[in-house]
Amino acid sequence: MTSGPTDTEIIEKTLAGDTRIFSELVKRYQNFVFTITLRYTPNREDAEEIAQDAFVKAYKSLASFRGESKFSTWLFTITTTSCLSFLRKKKLDIHSLDNEKVMAVVENKDSDFNANQMEAKSRLSMVNEAIQLLSRDDANILTLFYKGEQSLEEISVVMGIEANAVKVRLHRARARLKEKMQTHFKQELKDMLN
Amino acid sequence: MNTEQQMEARLWDFIDGNIQPEERSFVEDLLNTNQQWREKYAELLQVHTLMQESLDLHEPSMSFTRNVMEEISRLQITPASKKYLNEKIIWALGGFFLISVVAFIVYAFRQANWSTTSESFMPFKLESMNYSKLFNSAYTNIFLMVNTVLGLMLLDMYLGARKRRFR
Repeated sequence: MTSGPTDTEIIEKTLAGDTRIFSELVKRYQNFVFTITLRYTPNREDAEEIAQDAFVKAYKSLASFRGESKFSTWLFTITTTSCLSFLRKKKLDIHSLDNEKVMAVVENKDSDFNANQMEAKSRLSMVNEAIQLLSRDDANILTLFYKGEQSLEEISVVMGIEANAVKVRLHRARARLKEKMQTHFKQELKDMLN
Repeated sequence: MNTEQQMEARLWDFIDGNIQPEERSFVEDLLNTNQQWREKYAELLQVHTLMQESLDLHEPSMSFTRNVMEEISRLQITPASKKYLNEKIIWALGGFFLISVVAFIVYAFRQANWSTTSESFMPFKLESMNYSKLFNSAYTNIFLMVNTVLGLMLLDMYLGARKRRFR
């Protein structure tokens, strides 16, 4: 994630007038930002629009970034705020959306079994399907911790909660993920262990 | 929190490295001696490793970076908010107002008649204060006028800063 110039170097160059180098930051974090936005809306186009908006906001406010936190933490905070603004604008029912999403994944999962597609799933698809069965907050906390290279304190900044609460939520999210994998991917887990 | 949840919480702290040295050696001892703890540790470590190795990120469309760069090419970076106001001006204004308040209090106390009678502990009678006399002095009028002008200047600076921010 950090090959090439560092985030700070890119920011300094961008502020000095080299706008094009900002694309390095976009490329570096676009998957991560898009993954977060996709958890707030099932529509890929909307998710992409929010992700784009987050990068534009980050660019416009780049001079205000004081470097007290990592750029990624700052960007993820902007992303989360953009997602919440989007939901407020669209007046989506967050909870019903979550349930809808979970049910869709569960239905797909069941249909897979009904079609007797019992071949062992790769680890990757198993974890990623299981994570879709979690609530948005649980999925986000796991993504921030494992993929976003964010510490508990940094996640607390992004999510606007205390670091201790993040720790508890992270434990619970992992416990729920384990539970989902044991419930929905029992056979795959067994195959994996053998 | 039941015993198993407590055990899991401790083991997760151990795996994440969010643990004090004395607690770490305590958990290590338990892992060496207790089969139940060892099994749970292996289970949690498996989930941890799966998360580290297998968690996938979604990719936006191929044109995502281009779209963002096109959008920002039409924009300008907003200057940092701390640059809007000169700190020296703020300190000077604050100092001036502080000195003015102190001067005003000193002036008010000097005007007061401190000789008291036994009926009242107040050094002056509020009902007999002549406010028109107080605000009629040339010094007081100049003081109020300077304050009004400074207040208007401050308002002008604030509105100017807002205008620049939204430009």
